[in-house]
Amino acid sequence: MLHATEKIVSLSGMTKSFGAVRALAKVDLTVGVGECLGLVGHNGAGKSTLINLLAGTLAPDGGEIRISGQAQPAGYGVRRASALGIRCVFQELSLCPNLSVAENTRIYHKSLRGWGWRGSAAELIRRGLDEIFPGHGISPHATVGDLPIGDRQMVEIARAFTVTDSPTRLVILDEPTSSLDAVAGKQLLTYVRKLVAEGGSCLLTSHLLGDILDYCDRVVVMKDGGVVADRPAVEFDRESLVAAMGNVVSDARIKAHARVTAQRGAMPVVVKAVPKLQADQAALVAHKGEIIGLAGLAGHGQTRLLLQIFEAAGQTRADTNAAGPVALVAGDRQNDGVLHLWSIARNISVRSMRSLVNMGLIDGAAEAALASKWRERIRIRTPDIDNNILSLSGGNQQKVLFARALGSDAGIILMDDPMRGVDVGTKLEVYELIRAEAEAGRTFIWYTTEIEELNNCDHVYVMRDGQIVADIARAELTEEKVLQASFREGAQT
Amino acid sequence: MTDSVLSSPLRDRIDMLRDPRLLRRALPAVSLAAILIAIFLINDRAMSYRGLDLMLKYAVPIAFATIAQMFILTVNDLDLSIGAFVGLVACIAGTWLVDQPVLCVLILAGCVASYAAVGALIHVRRLPSIVVTLGMSFVWLGIAVILMPTPGGTVPEWLKGLMSWKPPLIPFPIVACAAIALVAHVLLMESSYGAVLRGAGGNATAIDRAGWSLLRIRMSMYALAGFFGVLSGLSLIGLTTSPDAHIADRYTLLSIAGVILGGGEFVGGRVSPIGAVIGAVTLTLTGSFLIFMRISPDWQIGAQGAVLIVVLALRALIKLREGR
Repeated sequence: MLHATEKIVSLSGMTKSFGAVRALAKVDLTVGVGECLGLVGHNGAGKSTLINLLAGTLAPDGGEIRISGQAQPAGYGVRRASALGIRCVFQELSLCPNLSVAENTRIYHKSLRGWGWRGSAAELIRRGLDEIFPGHGISPHATVGDLPIGDRQMVEIARAFTVTDSPTRLVILDEPTSSLDAVAGKQLLTYVRKLVAEGGSCLLTSHLLGDILDYCDRVVVMKDGGVVADRPAVEFDRESLVAAMGNVVSDARIKAHARVTAQRGAMPVVVKAVPKLQADQAALVAHKGEIIGLAGLAGHGQTRLLLQIFEAAGQTRADTNAAGPVALVAGDRQNDGVLHLWSIARNISVRSMRSLVNMGLIDGAAEAALASKWRERIRIRTPDIDNNILSLSGGNQQKVLFARALGSDAGIILMDDPMRGVDVGTKLEVYELIRAEAEAGRTFIWYTTEIEELNNCDHVYVMRDGQIVADIARAELTEEKVLQASFREGAQT
Repeated sequence: MTDSVLSSPLRDRIDMLRDPRLLRRALPAVSLAAILIAIFLINDRAMSYRGLDLMLKYAVPIAFATIAQMFILTVNDLDLSIGAFVGLVACIAGTWLVDQPVLCVLILAGCVASYAAVGALIHVRRLPSIVVTLGMSFVWLGIAVILMPTPGGTVPEWLKGLMSWKPPLIPFPIVACAAIALVAHVLLMESSYGAVLRGAGGNATAIDRAGWSLLRIRMSMYALAGFFGVLSGLSLIGLTTSPDAHIADRYTLLSIAGVILGGGEFVGGRVSPIGAVIGAVTLTLTGSFLIFMRISPDWQIGAQGAVLIVVLALRALIKLREGR
């Protein structure tokens, strides 16, 4: 019995199926008081399902949930979970874009009511934000829809930590750093360690294995709806963690990629763009067949620069030119990428529709051929390419977006931080594909928030405050250089 | 260097005026002012207590109906039955309000409850609101026609008296519209449950995950719409004195136009009660404007459409700047 009271949560024999798909098969999981538990696995390994069961947003088909040693009855749901101090930050943002930051806080806390509720809510969230993300600069009265995605994520995280009538005992963070820049991500994880040191608990999932290894006490690895490893974090390193998840290819493959950059300039220039806010004449230059990286803190004008190039497709403008058709791989999948009501095949073919027309009608056979070709090449895991796009896991949806761009006639591919919340296995597959396409003569411009991904690039530009502030060749690329350029203070005007 | 020529408070103020968000919020009021100025230029006698009272008489029931529609739009639904419903309320009140007031109030309460039930049906069966409310519009109209096949009925004196009340200084329709806007604003924008109600339009999943009942939210919104529909019907018969079933048929589209004119949007829970009332008043004034221009009232719907197009075009322009 004493053992049981040390656990904030213990799940045993959790089972959940969606139709014929078994998402979880008799999973056991415990989180101790004062422990930060890392949960890793592929997309589709069952992490999200497990988290939803614990948060009370899904009901299990079988198994027992014990919270602070008490077995929970069948009616365990969100209300009960929240009353017991379990808070969850979901992977897809669960804020209301039409409400202000303070109003979104109110929705989370039933006790914020009566006169002056708005003031108390604003004060509560402001304090929360200040504590976790000092220097955040977010007004509690700003409308959430007007905030950039990184700020929205900060609000959502800070909201989960705010306390009114029931204490926060366990915070579940599902891919919390995927939309945050490096600084905010670090601030959050540091705060989590502080909370854990004070006796709180945390369940963290992340595809950034460094975060898991550096900040968690214990790591649980899931695969195919079951737990395959459960050990203290110190016993893992990157390689063994990747191995445990079942990835055969390892990170070493990325590092092995060091294309010769001496030839830079030998091929014709296909993209040249000066950011709108650029004070000097520094420009992004991409030659045919190059992979160009765009780095820097999130929200410093990288996406805007990509859109500037996208709009100039096939034109020569004063500040931008792009030779030939351009395709964009969206990073904000749900808002900018996926067409929710369409099939997987149609989601792939939409960019190439013009070439699939026969006598004014869509050529079904050609469309199916294009879709199944890319399903093979990029390994989209689905029983039927005509299923709805939402039947795929997040990583596979992202693959569809890649297939859409790569299957088109575009010679220039823009990527807007496309690997957000994508599992390691998928990433490695896509990296390889990008390299192969670049060898074949396509040009990639790749904005990424993960410094590690820049290793795939031939040349890297770092942006800060809407301007290009550093121009780094592959051979000279180090993490330190990128970070330094991202943070340099007021050197230019 | 050139920036520092202007003192900073002044520059801040100029920047504020150019802020697209502010422009968007001010747009309904600006369009109302524009149409008022046009009317006053054509006929300066309109710029008086009596003139405003006459021109804005019918703004009160339209404002009630617009607010009713706004509650439905907040949760991303559309109510195509509000006009017929207002007509039914007018017939019910015309039939019973004088003779059997208690029974009449009970029946009207039943009407509000059936609105909530429609909301529950739409939510539970996941039906498109457009289809259900279109169907309900025939039900409401049918009952109204059975109840009152020809125009007639009686209207209580107190209701007529209220609607033609002449308060000092400010004409009654303006006072009433301001009160409607204020009450709806407090209900939806200021109250703590109002935030939850609007949130359901913005991101229903988030509201569900935070532990609120979406069924209850939708039922509340439909009940509120029903309640304001009842008020619209009552205020309307106070003005016309002889109700009939088709009295408010135009209100369905007018109310949608009013909400949109007032800055509301069809999806996403972005609505503004004050804007909606301003929109309703603007649409009412369009009718008077035509009369002053000596244009046949047959053109009224067309003119209201034109106002809507102009305002929406302006809004699109502002949005374009906002995106930049």
